[in-house]
Amino acid sequence: MTRFKLNWQSTLAAIAVIVSLVFLPLTTMASTLVTVLVLLLIAASVALASSDANRNTTAIGLGVMVHLAVLLLIGTVAGAEGTAGWSFFAALAACWLLAWRLITILSGDGRRNAGGAIVGRVIVPAIFGVWILILWEAITRGAGVPFVLLPPPSSIGVRIVSSIPILAADFRQTVLKAVLFGFFVGSGAGFLVAVLADRFRFLSNGLLPIGNLVSALPIIGVAPIMVIWFGFDWQSKAAVVIVMTFFPMLVNTIEGLKTAGRMERDLMQTYNAGHWQTLVKLRLPAAMPFIFNALKINSTLALIGALVSEFFGTPVVGMGFRISTEVGRMNLDMVWAEIALAALVGSLFYGAIALLERATTFWHPSYRS
Amino acid sequence: MSSPAKARDKIVPVLTITAIIIVAWYVAAILMNAPFQRDQDKRDGVTSTMSELVGKTLSQPKPTMPAPHQVVENLYKNIFTVKPWSARSLVYHAWVTLSSTLLGFAMGTILGVVIAVGIVHVPALDKSFLPWIIASQTIPILAVAPMIVVVLSAVNITGILPKALISTYLSFFPVAVGMVKGLRSPEVMHLDLVHTYNATKWQTFWKLRVPASIPFFFTSIKVAVAASLVGAIVGELPTGAVAGIGSKLLAGSYYSQTIDVWAALIAGSIVAVLLVTIVDIAAKLVGMSMGARPE
Repeated sequence: MTRFKLNWQSTLAAIAVIVSLVFLPLTTMASTLVTVLVLLLIAASVALASSDANRNTTAIGLGVMVHLAVLLLIGTVAGAEGTAGWSFFAALAACWLLAWRLITILSGDGRRNAGGAIVGRVIVPAIFGVWILILWEAITRGAGVPFVLLPPPSSIGVRIVSSIPILAADFRQTVLKAVLFGFFVGSGAGFLVAVLADRFRFLSNGLLPIGNLVSALPIIGVAPIMVIWFGFDWQSKAAVVIVMTFFPMLVNTIEGLKTAGRMERDLMQTYNAGHWQTLVKLRLPAAMPFIFNALKINSTLALIGALVSEFFGTPVVGMGFRISTEVGRMNLDMVWAEIALAALVGSLFYGAIALLERATTFWHPSYRS
Repeated sequence: MSSPAKARDKIVPVLTITAIIIVAWYVAAILMNAPFQRDQDKRDGVTSTMSELVGKTLSQPKPTMPAPHQVVENLYKNIFTVKPWSARSLVYHAWVTLSSTLLGFAMGTILGVVIAVGIVHVPALDKSFLPWIIASQTIPILAVAPMIVVVLSAVNITGILPKALISTYLSFFPVAVGMVKGLRSPEVMHLDLVHTYNATKWQTFWKLRVPASIPFFFTSIKVAVAASLVGAIVGELPTGAVAGIGSKLLAGSYYSQTIDVWAALIAGSIVAVLLVTIVDIAAKLVGMSMGARPE
């Protein structure tokens, strides 16, 4: 049996559908058939969202219908940008509210059973992300936002596909040369200095306050200096990345090496272990979470450093170069394509480090629970 | 910690390392400027002795690596010998950057706190929004900076606001994440206790969650204020801005005025140190008024 229970999202959605009906048609281009179909789908979703039927059935049915409706809805503005009326936006609002209802149902699910964990961790954020794109697409196309202000995601997608060679060249220049080299050298140097500083207490007492200070400074400002020293090519960008990644690694590793417990250290001493043995067998493993924290911070810093240094002059290739010149030429879809690429690279880089962390520090309390 | 022990463990090492850095700086300046100076001497047909060469490397007008005293001299000239509001003054440029930093920092802090409160109280937001906030930081947000500036100027929003928005973008994240952690830091036992007192959600929030989050709040805004400054400086790069630390860096790099670049960088660092110090003092004051014992 299906029992109806009102919730605020579906109530508001029902009101929005009525508003939409009053102000019909959706756009100048929408045929009656599509309009009727969209509104029917939304209305059915409202009904489904208010019912207390089996949660899984509700969620799947709601998900399918809402997304089908919004797909048709966006279809009505294709080729008729800027002609959408109140009806269109009311229908869009209804869809959005129902998607919110879907997320609420799903996130309630996650707490109840173990199978819900994947729903909570993957599907719910994915729906949220997709809806940012949907709203972006529907609003920019529906309201006819000028292309130079904010291109819709679909045209950015087209641009990405059509300019893969350029993006690949920029990726090679910025990421494969500058970011990776700088990241490894900078993090490696920070690590080595920290191990040295750990051996000599005087050095760590002197370096730690200075390291903490430097972490708060706008190090990105060294970019013009590095361009003057190392020229326009990727070496100067790598140098900026090295300077930026050095200090977080230094500070974190020094802190991390202090975390091994008193008792474990005493135990190592009773085993007659030397400084290096204690370091390798006890204190470095204990410092791993801190080291990975630094690597995570550095993965974003490295990309930012390389991109921003390209604003100070580069050869005619590179992600930062492309962004700054295409902005000047008002080719905003190309700029967004580069941003999407940067986002992808940044997320993959971060994700890779997170996976590595899981593999090496699985014993740590934060992973055991 | 008694004061001689403090001197031995903190002050002496820091001073020693600082001295080593300054000496290394001078050595680097001599070594890096020497090739250019030798060329110059050859062209002029003079042969300098070693000490003359060293003297010359430390006083070039456009050195590869300016010596510390040249930077200090430039700082002095641009801070104390010109009127603070003239376009030559570093104080003026620092103020331009500082004003957008502070506006962006304020907006970022408010936004971060609002997001955190939402995430803590609405489960749907927690599940759907939090992962994207974290993902948003794995993309280099600074890449968006030039676009924000250009797009906003196309709709006639110019001046301080675009730069402040970039600062907001950079500073809301540490605040949001720190505050989520802070607002969730009260132990289950305490939450149960106020529950037995029949406290409302609102009372639990103000009397338990907010006080518990204060230390997290200050740690977060310390990171956020430094990030705001970086955002403001980077926001000045693509506009062709005529004022601010970022524009000084850019202009200096165009005309190879290395000493100017270093002076601007140090001015920016001084601003950063001041901001972080202010946050530190505020944290101590608030901590003491809440009954924390001074260390």
